[in-house]
Amino acid sequence: MITSAAVAIAEARIGRPGNSVYSGRSRAIIERAYLAFRSSVWIVVATGFLEPVMYLFSFGYGVGKLIGKIEVLPGHYISYAAFIAPALLATSAMNGAIYDATWNVFFKIRFDRVYQGMLATSLGPMDVALGEIGWALLRGLVYAIAFMSIIAGLGLITTPWALMAIPAAVLISFGFAAVGMAVTTYMKSFEQMNVINIVMLPMFLFSGSFYPLSIYPGWLQAFIKALPLWHGVALIRSLSLGMISASLIPHVIYFLVMIAVGLFFTTRRLTQLFMR
Amino acid sequence: MAKGLTKKYGEFIALNGIDFSVQKGESFGFLGPNGAGKSTTMRIIASTLTRTSGDITVLGKDPEVSGPEIRAHLGVVPQQDNLDQALSVSDNLYIYGRYFGLPRKFIRSKIDELLDFAALTDKRDSKVEALSGGMKRRLTIARALISEPKILMLDEPTTGLDPQARHILWDRLFRLKEQGVTLLITTHYMDEAEQLCDRLMVMDKGSIMAEDSPSGLIKKFSTKEVLEVRFGSDRNAQVAEKLKTLCERMELLPDRILLYADDAEKVLDEIHKIGLHPVTSLVRRSSLEDVFLRLTGRTLVE
Ligand SMILES: Nc1ncnc2c1ncn2[C@@H]1O[C@H](COP(=O)(O)OP(=O)(O)O)[C@@H](O)[C@H]1O
Ligand SMILES: [Mg+2]
Repeated sequence: MITSAAVAIAEARIGRPGNSVYSGRSRAIIERAYLAFRSSVWIVVATGFLEPVMYLFSFGYGVGKLIGKIEVLPGHYISYAAFIAPALLATSAMNGAIYDATWNVFFKIRFDRVYQGMLATSLGPMDVALGEIGWALLRGLVYAIAFMSIIAGLGLITTPWALMAIPAAVLISFGFAAVGMAVTTYMKSFEQMNVINIVMLPMFLFSGSFYPLSIYPGWLQAFIKALPLWHGVALIRSLSLGMISASLIPHVIYFLVMIAVGLFFTTRRLTQLFMR
Repeated sequence: MAKGLTKKYGEFIALNGIDFSVQKGESFGFLGPNGAGKSTTMRIIASTLTRTSGDITVLGKDPEVSGPEIRAHLGVVPQQDNLDQALSVSDNLYIYGRYFGLPRKFIRSKIDELLDFAALTDKRDSKVEALSGGMKRRLTIARALISEPKILMLDEPTTGLDPQARHILWDRLFRLKEQGVTLLITTHYMDEAEQLCDRLMVMDKGSIMAEDSPSGLIKKFSTKEVLEVRFGSDRNAQVAEKLKTLCERMELLPDRILLYADDAEKVLDEIHKIGLHPVTSLVRRSSLEDVFLRLTGRTLVE
């Protein structure tokens, strides 16, 4: 029975797999995020981006003066700033994604009723999950592009392969946003939310951002290699140095798994929270 | 539409196997006190809550399987407003249309019409927080109408509004009813149920107590008229025994006594005859409040 445009649109999807949780309109959620974003506080937006830039200047050029060149491959030396720049790009992508997918989502779940409003329409929980994650990803992408422009301007990029760091940054943002949002949907208090921050900082400091992992003992190396940011740093560093090989594939797979797992749990949890 | 519908929250049984059906084009009310299970029922119909057991079909479909398709038919006004606080009044309408997948151009023309309907045209660019309770409620209704639904579900549409705001809302709902929109309304106000609903389901503690038209319910469960007398709270109970025989049925409330009869004036005369003089007395027609009192032994609004 078709009685309105809205019904026709919903009925067009009958029979598609997953159509009880997904209606193919996460775009609408991204559009909503954009409308809300227009009135957000610009200083907050800028901070997330400025953080890695400040690290680049203080460490890259300050500490870099003391360290001199770094040998990344036998016989291949780069400046310390060029060494940490890809890591900071990965971090930039992560920061952009995490902010929207965690704190903003937390407020919406606990103190706002927007998700209830969305889910009373013909949207499904997976539209909401994908839309929110998609928006977070966009922010990660914008941070990454901005950071890329800065390091390019400073002459820290030497190969056209470095452009591949942009899609890589999207992948990293997507992964962090998906898992970040999934974790957030289980959080009940500010204290629990702070755990996210407590995890993020050491991950940033120890994931081989500032020095090669080889200085750690073997067991610690193995542990860090299990963390997502290390994969992000390794991926982007290789791309920016033009070291393209099959060894990059596991990093990509790592993030694809993060995306799938994050999306799955976010959708499931939104259903539990608002439709049960 | 529903058969043996049951909902448990943990061990607590919020809906205890209820059966009902709503016809197209009618305006159907769920009347009951807080905790009766009205919102639970509404949310199950709107496919935003899963049932524990029992069957329900909405437009011939199971809400747990065909959620998005069913919701595409519905305009939902929840008990607690869930307007988007981060957006302006017109953006709230706009984005809701987008959630349904409607084209931007269609929505834009619809927004003007709905702002006019909700008498909010001059608030179009205000933030939601700046609106009064009545305005928020009207905006929520307008928002529910963006997709031109043929079924509008309103959970306690006027609770917490002042009388004037209520009347404005009732007027808007009447207009929709005239346009053939099916209305599902929950309320604990009898006057609202009487005004808006063709058919009513009286609910209490997760069960259905009765179901009929407002006038049918009154006819079935009450007398034509009611005499309310007060003797002062300490004497009410004392005299009640003597009054019992004068009417068809009597209810003793803490502050007054209700005497049910088809001719309440006559009862009052007889009270005077046996030498009793109430402090105040009032003859009125029976209402749904009396029906509820009869069915549950309690008043609707405590
Ligand atoms: N999410 C929930 N968890 C536990 N109990 C609930 C929940 N929602 C409602 N209830 C309980 O179920 C009963 C019916 O609630 P509700 O459907 O909201 O009633 P009404 O709308 O008629 O006031 C109430 O006793 C309420 O406390
Ligand atoms: Mg309720």
